Amino acid sequence: MRPITYARAADAATAIAAVSADPGSAFLAGGTTEVDLLRQNVLTPRHLIDINDLPLNSIEPQPDGALRIGALARMSDVAADPLVRERYPMIAQALELGASAQLRHMASMGGNMMQRVRCSYFRDAESPCNKREPGTGCPAIEGVSRGHAVLGVSEHCVATHPSDVAVALAALQARVHTQGPGEETHAYAFDDFFLLPGSTPDREHPLAHGELITAIEVPAVPVARRSLYLKVRDRESYEFALVSVAAALSLVDGTIADVRLALGGVATRPWRAMHAEDFLIGAVAQRANFEQAARVELSTARPTPMNAFKVELAQRAMVRALETLANGSPA
Amino acid sequence: MSAQGPALGERQRAAIEERGPGPVGVTLSVNGEERSLEIEPRVSLLDALREHLELTGAKKGCDQGTCGACTVRVDDRRVLACLTLAMTCEGREVTTVEGLAEHGELHAMQRAFIAEDAFQCGYCTPGQIMSAVALLEEGHAGDDAEIKEWMSGNLCRCAAYPHIRAAIRSVRDGQRR
Repeated sequence: MRPITYARAADAATAIAAVSADPGSAFLAGGTTEVDLLRQNVLTPRHLIDINDLPLNSIEPQPDGALRIGALARMSDVAADPLVRERYPMIAQALELGASAQLRHMASMGGNMMQRVRCSYFRDAESPCNKREPGTGCPAIEGVSRGHAVLGVSEHCVATHPSDVAVALAALQARVHTQGPGEETHAYAFDDFFLLPGSTPDREHPLAHGELITAIEVPAVPVARRSLYLKVRDRESYEFALVSVAAALSLVDGTIADVRLALGGVATRPWRAMHAEDFLIGAVAQRANFEQAARVELSTARPTPMNAFKVELAQRAMVRALETLANGSPA
Repeated sequence: MSAQGPALGERQRAAIEERGPGPVGVTLSVNGEERSLEIEPRVSLLDALREHLELTGAKKGCDQGTCGACTVRVDDRRVLACLTLAMTCEGREVTTVEGLAEHGELHAMQRAFIAEDAFQCGYCTPGQIMSAVALLEEGHAGDDAEIKEWMSGNLCRCAAYPHIRAAIRSVRDGQRR
């Protein structure tokens, strides 16, 4: 690891001013991705501003029925929160199926949104990588790509977005609140917060340097009370998803009245399955329709020979998630 | 070693104390004792414990957050010392496996690991024990499936898992009585 300086900030404005003033500075929250990548010289900030003392860790219901989750709330705190578990089972499940108990105690919700991809070429400072060093190329496309994305890919990057909870938050259309250097605040729609790689895979978010995530706001989504997060992976625990599905479903007389679907492990960003949702609304809740919705969503998939299995696996996982909810066993 | 970038601007420096990149004086509270050491800000809690404080209980297995051998407690939570920078622990209470015994008496979990033969090579054991103690406090040791899931952050290459679960069950059941 290169030498770094360390400073602990007591308030958000000071932390934001310090990072904004210097392109070589970065915030430090839970550190679970950042310290790892600093050690491997993949990230190279020279000054770290520790934000762990900032008062941004509360989980508060809002008058309009939304839930505001502070950016420094830890994954374990959010997963255990009674309101989260009652209103959004898919969030609690996605969190508890991610990482390990130790990492969930460390990792913050804001940091989870900012975590970097697990692509082994990105994480190896010796390899070319368009995300790490724009213009150097993408060895994954012709290389080892079993874990890589099939949706939202470009000829410049096929890295999978690694987060579980961001998949649930995509299904719920959460908003990401930030604060900038002039103390101005901004709220990003979830879809706007995660950028497709396109020709600029180094740009993952629309944030300005030094703009700090302060909270994640989950709107009232009544259908989410009957929701689940299904995660398929190579080993049973402590592993990233090959495919995951966040799903919520409500039926009226056997017809789908409301549905939310998002996919993880298969896309370059948390993937809201809009095409599948559009197909399902008003449809009869039966397997043939679930299968057709899944086919529609995956019809734009661009797999490599090594990850082609994900196209079928994602469809089966979507069908299983929807059938589980339709058969009345939500969690 | 690359050159350092520009230091923070004057205004920021006034508002926030920047320390390093060379060695700086740090005080950590470890196992109930205030310990002073000189470390660079890039030093992990794991290296601070092992290389500077001669507390070698926490082990360096992977040094990248995938094995759990470095599990320690910071305040009331089990965390990975390899992904924690030591300076972030100033003002917090760090507990390592060396701090579990009280008055020369091993902790119940340590006794159970011996009684149940819950290790072979022993390398992962300090992390397993620190994690297991926290697991019981967190209330996630209801049955074997739950123990397995909530201990999954601690790998054991000798695969002593059944005996580790037996040790955890025995402390859990002893507590219930």
